[in-house]
Amino acid sequence: MGLVVAAVFLPLIGAAIAGLFGRVLGQRVAPLVTVVAMGLSATFSVLTFVAVTLYGNTGKVELFDWIGSGTFQASWAFRFDELTGVMMFVVTVVSFLVHVYSIGYMAHDAHKPRFFAYLSLFTFFMMALITADNLLQLYFGWEGVGLASYLLIGFWYKRPSANAAAIKAFVVNRVGDFGFGLGILAIYLTFGSIEYDVVFAKAPEMVGKTFYFLFGEIDILEVSCILLFIGAMGKSAQFLLHTWLPDAMEGPTPVSALIHAATMVTAGVFMVARFSPVFEYAPTALSVVTFFGATTAIFAATIALTQNDIKRVIAYSTCSQLGYMFFACGVSAYQAGIFHLTTHAFFKALLFLGAGSVIHAMSDEQDMRRMGGIWKLIPLTYALMWIGNLALAGLPFFSGFFSKDMILESAFAAHTGLGEYAFWLGIIAAGLTALYSWRLLIMTFHGKPRADHHTMEHVHESPWVMTVPLMLLAAGAIVSGYLLLPMIGEHGGLFGNSILVLEHNNALEAAHHSPFWVKALPTMMAVLGIAAAYFLYMARPDLPAKIAKAIRPLYLFSYNKWYFDELYDFLFVGPAKYLGYSLWKRGDGGLIDGIGPDGIAGAAKAIALRAVRLQTGYLYHYAFAMLVGVALIVTWFLFASSP
Amino acid sequence: MSGWPILSTITFLPLLGVAFLLLVRGDAATVARNSRLVALWTSIVTFALALVLIGSFDISNPGYQFVENVPWLPEFGISYHLGVDGISLFFVALTTFLTPICIIASWESIQNRVREYMVAFLVMQVLVVGVFCALDFVMFYIFFEGQLIPMFLIIGVWGGERRVYSAFKFFLYTLVGSVLFLIAILYMYLQVGTTDIPTITAHEFTRETQIWLWLALFASFAVKMPMWPFHTWLPDAHVEAPTAGSVILAGILLKMGGYGFIRFSLPMLPEASDFFTPFMFTLSVVAIIYTSLVALMQEDMKKLIAYSSVAHMGIVTLGIFTFTQQGIEGGIFQMLSHGIISAALFLCVGVVYDRVHTRQIAAYGGLVHRMPIYAVVFLVFTLASVGLPSTSGFVGEFLAMVGAFTANTWVATTAMIGIILGAAYMLWLYRRVIFGELTKENLKSITDLNWREIGVFAPLIALALFLGIYPKPVLDVLHASAAHLMTQTQLARVVSPEALELAGQVPKIAATR
Repeated sequence: MGLVVAAVFLPLIGAAIAGLFGRVLGQRVAPLVTVVAMGLSATFSVLTFVAVTLYGNTGKVELFDWIGSGTFQASWAFRFDELTGVMMFVVTVVSFLVHVYSIGYMAHDAHKPRFFAYLSLFTFFMMALITADNLLQLYFGWEGVGLASYLLIGFWYKRPSANAAAIKAFVVNRVGDFGFGLGILAIYLTFGSIEYDVVFAKAPEMVGKTFYFLFGEIDILEVSCILLFIGAMGKSAQFLLHTWLPDAMEGPTPVSALIHAATMVTAGVFMVARFSPVFEYAPTALSVVTFFGATTAIFAATIALTQNDIKRVIAYSTCSQLGYMFFACGVSAYQAGIFHLTTHAFFKALLFLGAGSVIHAMSDEQDMRRMGGIWKLIPLTYALMWIGNLALAGLPFFSGFFSKDMILESAFAAHTGLGEYAFWLGIIAAGLTALYSWRLLIMTFHGKPRADHHTMEHVHESPWVMTVPLMLLAAGAIVSGYLLLPMIGEHGGLFGNSILVLEHNNALEAAHHSPFWVKALPTMMAVLGIAAAYFLYMARPDLPAKIAKAIRPLYLFSYNKWYFDELYDFLFVGPAKYLGYSLWKRGDGGLIDGIGPDGIAGAAKAIALRAVRLQTGYLYHYAFAMLVGVALIVTWFLFASSP
Repeated sequence: MSGWPILSTITFLPLLGVAFLLLVRGDAATVARNSRLVALWTSIVTFALALVLIGSFDISNPGYQFVENVPWLPEFGISYHLGVDGISLFFVALTTFLTPICIIASWESIQNRVREYMVAFLVMQVLVVGVFCALDFVMFYIFFEGQLIPMFLIIGVWGGERRVYSAFKFFLYTLVGSVLFLIAILYMYLQVGTTDIPTITAHEFTRETQIWLWLALFASFAVKMPMWPFHTWLPDAHVEAPTAGSVILAGILLKMGGYGFIRFSLPMLPEASDFFTPFMFTLSVVAIIYTSLVALMQEDMKKLIAYSSVAHMGIVTLGIFTFTQQGIEGGIFQMLSHGIISAALFLCVGVVYDRVHTRQIAAYGGLVHRMPIYAVVFLVFTLASVGLPSTSGFVGEFLAMVGAFTANTWVATTAMIGIILGAAYMLWLYRRVIFGELTKENLKSITDLNWREIGVFAPLIALALFLGIYPKPVLDVLHASAAHLMTQTQLARVVSPEALELAGQVPKIAATR
């Protein structure tokens, strides 16, 4: 199907034109080129989505061979099935809206062509990722989006913090890729192929088989899946590998919306869903996924409670929501995970872009402590932020309600120990989500203005290029739940055969039969959270500081993000630098050169010096030496010749 | 093959250029200008011939092609024997490709003794191409050792401040290894009665002999490669060498070590190679981790890239000694790719060195403000060095890893850590040089790449991307020869069932629990 190929490559073409000829085309035309290319790509993607999901036109397009050596074969190929269709829809539509929004948001930036080239380049890599037909191309897209993320986080390259964040994002992702790469190798070694179809078809045969990995014979499927999941943890900022995501907020806000909320960070969830035919046969790996997902959901929510940077709050919220998606996959409710991925893409992009609109209005202020009292000045943004937060908190009638409830019910219905763990942590996190969301709303928009006089005078509603995409995203944040729910639930076949769930793992099916309190609890928690936020930040604004003082260690623990950055600096960064330095100075300089070249040279010199001393220049020394020599020779001859 | 001795032509054509260079007359400026032109045209014609060579190469034939075999000293069994197979073909191409680039890159930066400089480069090309074509040990040894002389001169005459120390360190280090290599050659000659490489390859040495010979060869190749812990000459040599010298050194000379392992150690001494595999794996992995860590802390741009070269060469030896199709092809591909990428990175350093005359990382920062094109070029090669998929760096690295994982999961796992570190040191270097505010006074008037420099980088970028997206043309050439090498290695080895399994590429899967 040519549509898919066109949809994948149009963003690349846009990026190439804007990137290479940006200066010729100028500040206005170059962005427009990418927007048009992106619009076409989105149109084609929607058509593909319709063709694939409604008419079942799934298939593959193979372009040409990539790497082939012996039995290892990988080609450039595009696969479009139901899962890909849904992802293409989400990625291109959000990307298009973000492109449009950026025209307004980046209006005053001198490097617009570069910015739009990066955005489009990102979209291309993301499309390559979701349409991949083998693990290596998935890896290509995976690394590619990582590169685009690196470039965009460091977009304002004058700021040291942006540069540091960009490197951190890339390197932490590489730590995840360490697992991903090994996972690809393990799958090739055991399955003999990295092509999806071959791997998926062979997975059932592999149950219970082992191969020798590091310490001994280990289950093939479990190891491969866990290794792949390590990659997913890096990309999707899960607990332990999450540290890069909050720092990534150094990038321009549209980037945060597109890459660090709606699309790239969900690649890990997509990967697990894509590999459901393998994960389904690896129960331990699924447990690992559930554990990390649930832990991230609550962990990130606790941090979001105390952050003051508006974007960082939303970033931790993203981290937490990704945790929900993962534990959905972990209990085999992949469909629910992707459902939440879709709704989240809309409402989180909305929240980020809304935050961008606020930041724009507040003359680039991001600290919520210096905001407040602006809801009347930017009512449209305010209303849109409400919609986003309502959807995020999972209030009825908004999309997040459907997807989050489906996840929590599935976790409950899984009836496993970890399912329970995920369910309860998810419930608590739901309350926290509402709490930090309304904390954000209230601190940003209500109360007395805390910004200076000058800033307040400039507060203005954003231009229509920014607000129209916001409204469209808000529409998505409301209706995507209604649209998708019937296609995913009990009888819905949105995902066709692209996701495999084994009969005995069908938590999603069982979710419908969960008791009423399970269905009602998330909503109650959300309402409770909002009430608490209202009480703490609206009714008694003096309370939060007092609470923080009363439980200061806990507050600091949350405020300092559980001290992960400090811990990693201590454990990895510091030692790596120390080791590097001492290996260089002492290893190379001292030991190797000392014993090796310099040592030998020194020894040769010392011996030569002694030899030199023999040449005294005194005749009698030489005569004496000669005499000794003659004596020795004569003696030797006498003894040698004697019988 | 047909009458025209194409390999001899490619090898010795630059000597014709040298002859012209020696005839150039006139005042200093004229000599310099004419020398540059003569050298450039000679190298371009040679490169064109190498393209013809690739074009007429038969990829299905695993043996040597374009063979020229003329008795030289028949009473000693020494002959003038040239030939290329899939393994050496692209090394010849790479050499002829990089030489014109070096000459263009030195266009302005070399101002004194231009004629001698160009002579050194052309002679070097003759010797290096000779190494990759020679099929007789005497010839091979002459070429192999001979290239020390022009390189010694390039570092020692046109190098930096500590050029004499570095030149001697380079020369003596490599020479010590080579002496043992010479002894090994003499021993093999006495055993077999000829110095013909294919004949010796077919000869079966006893296990004990193999081990001693292997060690002698190792001494030479490990220094050339360089493998840890014989690498300390490399950072010094690079730092002091002129830009083009570094390009040739990193781009081609280092590959002779890997080539030696593939051409001699593996097929001639398969049992010993098998015996020493754990040893090679250990050294390779140590090299990858150790030099990556050291690279992280470097303050000199060239030293950083030099250390990263050692790490990349660790991946090469790792791949080669897995004795798998992917590992060997990955190792060779990685060498070719590194030849392009590290050459380009040294050229990138050269660009700013020509302008600011320092290689200290701390002396730069914020170059993107004044040099946007340079920033893009540098970024492409930084990413290629990091092994981003769709650059040539990824293909070799990944295939070598496939081989390594098949051979030993520990080795592959540890080596993967080096890939994380690789991203860290390269991106950090890039950030410190390119990003940030432009505050240093002497950088405020720095100029972006000129057309000559763009012309130097354009083919390198094109190749790095092309080989990353469509490596098939190169891999196809490697297939037959790599497979042939594996049978040579495995037939002669005391074949263990495990090795057989590897040979057949049957995945090792233990029985059901």
